[in-house]
Amino acid sequence: MQALAFRIHIENCGESFICADGQNVLRGMECLGRRGIPVGCRGGGCGVCKVRVLEGGYRTDKMSRACVSEDEQAQGYALACRLFASGDLRLQVVGPMARALGGSATNFIFYGAPAAPPGSTD
Amino acid sequence: MALTGVLRPGHVALRVLDMVASVRHYTEVLGLIETARDDKGRVFLKAWDEHDHHSVVLRETDSAGMDYMGWRVDSPATLERLAKDIEVSKLATDLNWVAAGEHPCTGRRFRFTTPTGHVMELYAEKEKIGNGMPTTNPEVWPDGLLGMAPTRFDHCLLYGDDLDNTMKLFIDVLGFTLTEQVVAGPDKLVISAFMTCSNKPHDVAFIRQPVKNKFHHASFLLDNWGEVLKAADIISKKRVSLDIGPTRHGITRGETIYFFDPSGNRNEVFSGGYISYPDRPVLTWTDDELGRAIFYHDRKLNHAFLSVVT
Repeated sequence: MQALAFRIHIENCGESFICADGQNVLRGMECLGRRGIPVGCRGGGCGVCKVRVLEGGYRTDKMSRACVSEDEQAQGYALACRLFASGDLRLQVVGPMARALGGSATNFIFYGAPAAPPGSTD
Repeated sequence: MALTGVLRPGHVALRVLDMVASVRHYTEVLGLIETARDDKGRVFLKAWDEHDHHSVVLRETDSAGMDYMGWRVDSPATLERLAKDIEVSKLATDLNWVAAGEHPCTGRRFRFTTPTGHVMELYAEKEKIGNGMPTTNPEVWPDGLLGMAPTRFDHCLLYGDDLDNTMKLFIDVLGFTLTEQVVAGPDKLVISAFMTCSNKPHDVAFIRQPVKNKFHHASFLLDNWGEVLKAADIISKKRVSLDIGPTRHGITRGETIYFFDPSGNRNEVFSGGYISYPDRPVLTWTDDELGRAIFYHDRKLNHAFLSVVT
């Protein structure tokens, strides 16, 4: 019998990938070499991989309240590193580095520089 | 005694989301030694070659990050004097004394908040419980070490807004030396400061960001590059969240690897560096060379390394 797996669809970039049951969504993305959700601490503490689940069933492990408030959690916000799908998911990336999906912008402030200095983008 | 005043970073207190997973990480992966638990559920640990009772304090709560950092000073008289100097300087806020015994085996601590929003404390007394070896005719390392087994808690890197006044507090009031700095733009705004109270490349460093009280990492010292590579093996073997490395810093010259504890607090283990006597010229890096300053080999800015804090 094939192990349970679910399709994770990221609205922001149209990317989707298959995530095994019991594996957190961020790890599922990373181990396939896929992109779309910014990767931070992977421990529920930094908030970089914050998403909002728009559709689908899931559960979460403990996440820092500094990153996801109780209200937000009730509205479907979660950290992808603590998010476990129980069905196909449609989600939106909302963390502080969400703009980095486009390529260069982050929430890190480069003081004194009009824009990110040369060589700063991957 | 030539090294006086503030002697060293004595402890860092971290918030964790899951104490069981955290203790497993700090003892079996990093390789610290648990020395006590208190009735508040806090866990106290030390690196093997530290003689003092503890250097890391873990507290379980609903967020990650740093509660405070503690500094050992050379004597109760120095503690009194520096507490007064801090008060007179008006550079710190929320000044208060924490009673002796609030940390196990530790004397009273003078606590204050830096202009960057970080809680710091000074103390003069913490019981010396030893490094597992006699002080007469010792061996060179004790048996039974686990994980990366660093010799000591070394420094923290912190993010905050008022870097200028925090530098004044550490340099002018607490007697630290600036070892390296990063400057940005035509006005050479200092955006990062590396400071030492001893003769290390840094005992604490700050990066200017429009936030208060953010924690970038706590760092622990290894003996050599081989141990840094072995730490990388342990990170994979124990399925620990890797940040970046093994690599080398331009700033401080440290040979390094970064990873995260189970709550997302960044840890570093590193080796190398240099000896900084107080008359050593300050090294300055400019923002157009920041990639090389931070990671000397790939010479690129790393967004996750710069942006992920707790």
